[in-house]
Amino acid sequence: MSLLNTPFWEVLKASFAPEVWAEILPAAFDTLYMTLVASAITLVFGFALGVAITVTRRDGLLPAATFNAAAGWLINCFRSLPQMIMIILMIPVARLVFGRSYGMNSCIIALAASCVPMYARIVESSLLEISKGKIEAAKSMGSGNLRIIFRVLLPETLPSLIRGFTVAVVAIISMSALAGNFGAGGIGDIAVRFGFQRFRHEVLFACVYVLVVIVQAVQFAGDTASKLILKKRRLI
Amino acid sequence: MSGQIPAPKGYLEIENLKKSFTVRGERLEVLRGVSLSVEEGDIFGVIGLSGAGKSTLARCVNRLETPDSGSVVVGGVDMLRLSARELNRERQRIGMIFQQFNLFESKTVYQNIAYPLRVRGLRKDEIDRGVREAAEVVGLSDKLPAYPAGLSGGEKQRVGIARALANRPDVLLSDEATSSLDPRTTLSILELLKDVNRAFGVTILLITHEMDAVKYACRNMAVLENGVISERGVTRDVFSNPNSSTGKMFMRVYAEMREEYTEGGGI
Ligand SMILES: Nc1ncnc2c1ncn2[C@@H]1O[C@H](COP(=O)(O)OP(=O)(O)O)[C@@H](O)[C@H]1O
Ligand SMILES: [Mg+2]
Repeated sequence: MSLLNTPFWEVLKASFAPEVWAEILPAAFDTLYMTLVASAITLVFGFALGVAITVTRRDGLLPAATFNAAAGWLINCFRSLPQMIMIILMIPVARLVFGRSYGMNSCIIALAASCVPMYARIVESSLLEISKGKIEAAKSMGSGNLRIIFRVLLPETLPSLIRGFTVAVVAIISMSALAGNFGAGGIGDIAVRFGFQRFRHEVLFACVYVLVVIVQAVQFAGDTASKLILKKRRLI
Repeated sequence: MSGQIPAPKGYLEIENLKKSFTVRGERLEVLRGVSLSVEEGDIFGVIGLSGAGKSTLARCVNRLETPDSGSVVVGGVDMLRLSARELNRERQRIGMIFQQFNLFESKTVYQNIAYPLRVRGLRKDEIDRGVREAAEVVGLSDKLPAYPAGLSGGEKQRVGIARALANRPDVLLSDEATSSLDPRTTLSILELLKDVNRAFGVTILLITHEMDAVKYACRNMAVLENGVISERGVTRDVFSNPNSSTGKMFMRVYAEMREEYTEGGGI
């Protein structure tokens, strides 16, 4: 059913038909799976990398100029690649790791390669928000650096870290849709195959609903969590 | 290496301390040979204009800043010759309070006061006792579950003081602790500092640009001007007979303010 020969309202109605959703739902779960795994990887590695490049800054807790410069340069390299190019670049890597260059797990490598450096930068900017005075207060009490990182730096910036992670997850969702074109499956794949190549616009509509709902849910969860923490601390 | 130095003159002994910063290629000499001697149990005021280097001086005492040369000896320990680990142990004997309070907003009042006790690795029940005692001293026993953001300025500084005193330090560095508080709250915080000085014998280095604070709380004082101590002595004497230009200027501004306040009906 195409918009070219069917009225908008008809396409809209058809997009809620059960046969459409029979095709959409498995793909939606694939997208969720890819997003979930890639988000977990991004959280762990992006977070660790973000903390590392923050504390090793010249004015940081554990200055390490060479490491900081090298890590910053590497992050910038990865960040300068558009997602599409990253997906293509990661095809041989995926073949090396999983023995094949397509499928969800291969796609997750590209998602991680793109989003880990991005989230590292977001984490860095969140951590830099802390007032230097709090770090100095902790130092003045004789606190060691690890304690300052885990008991002061991270808890103080937690609401901002959560909001940053929300941004990263939304980016992962949109990139996973793009990766659909390159054999990853999921909503992006369905949208292109049915909505674009076969002019089944009711399927395209349904894909849009799924993406909008997922992104809204993620954003809502992130906003709510960070707001609850700020409320508890009486900061809003 | 414990850096023991025999027979110190004062409890807090600063000698010929120099510190400069390089900002965009330009060398800024902030401390140009500061010498100070603070008796054990004293409340010693350091007054100076904004930018005079007062904070830098305080931060050199607990090594938040590393001086270029000179010496800082606290209770016989040379602060400039300590390993990182030894420095952290010495810092537990030197509390510090700040103009901006610098409380941890992610922690309750209880957790803020507990932080230095956790640093020391105390047991849970020891921490609990320490927190409650310190909160009692500053009169905040009923605010322990509250978060700092919900407190008034005066209450925040009380938490800062409790946190700084929780480990029963020998020295308390107060860097403009009352400078963002209203006059009445300032008075109550100074009163509290005098109380803890009496009760625990803690030596206080009170750094401020407020004349009233020094006059009210300090037995001895020094004026920091152009990176050196331009005047020092018993507070009463310095006030009645200032020699340095900063000292004189302070006294003049002080007198003018007094007049204005009186004309305006007082504060
Ligand atoms: N870390 C720093 N880097 C560069 N300049 C500094 C630094 N800390 C202080 N200064 C400069 O040193 C001077 C004295 O600062 P400070 O000790 O904070 O003065 P005060 O506390 O008396 O107002 C100021 O001109 C300030 O800009
Ligand atoms: Mg200052």
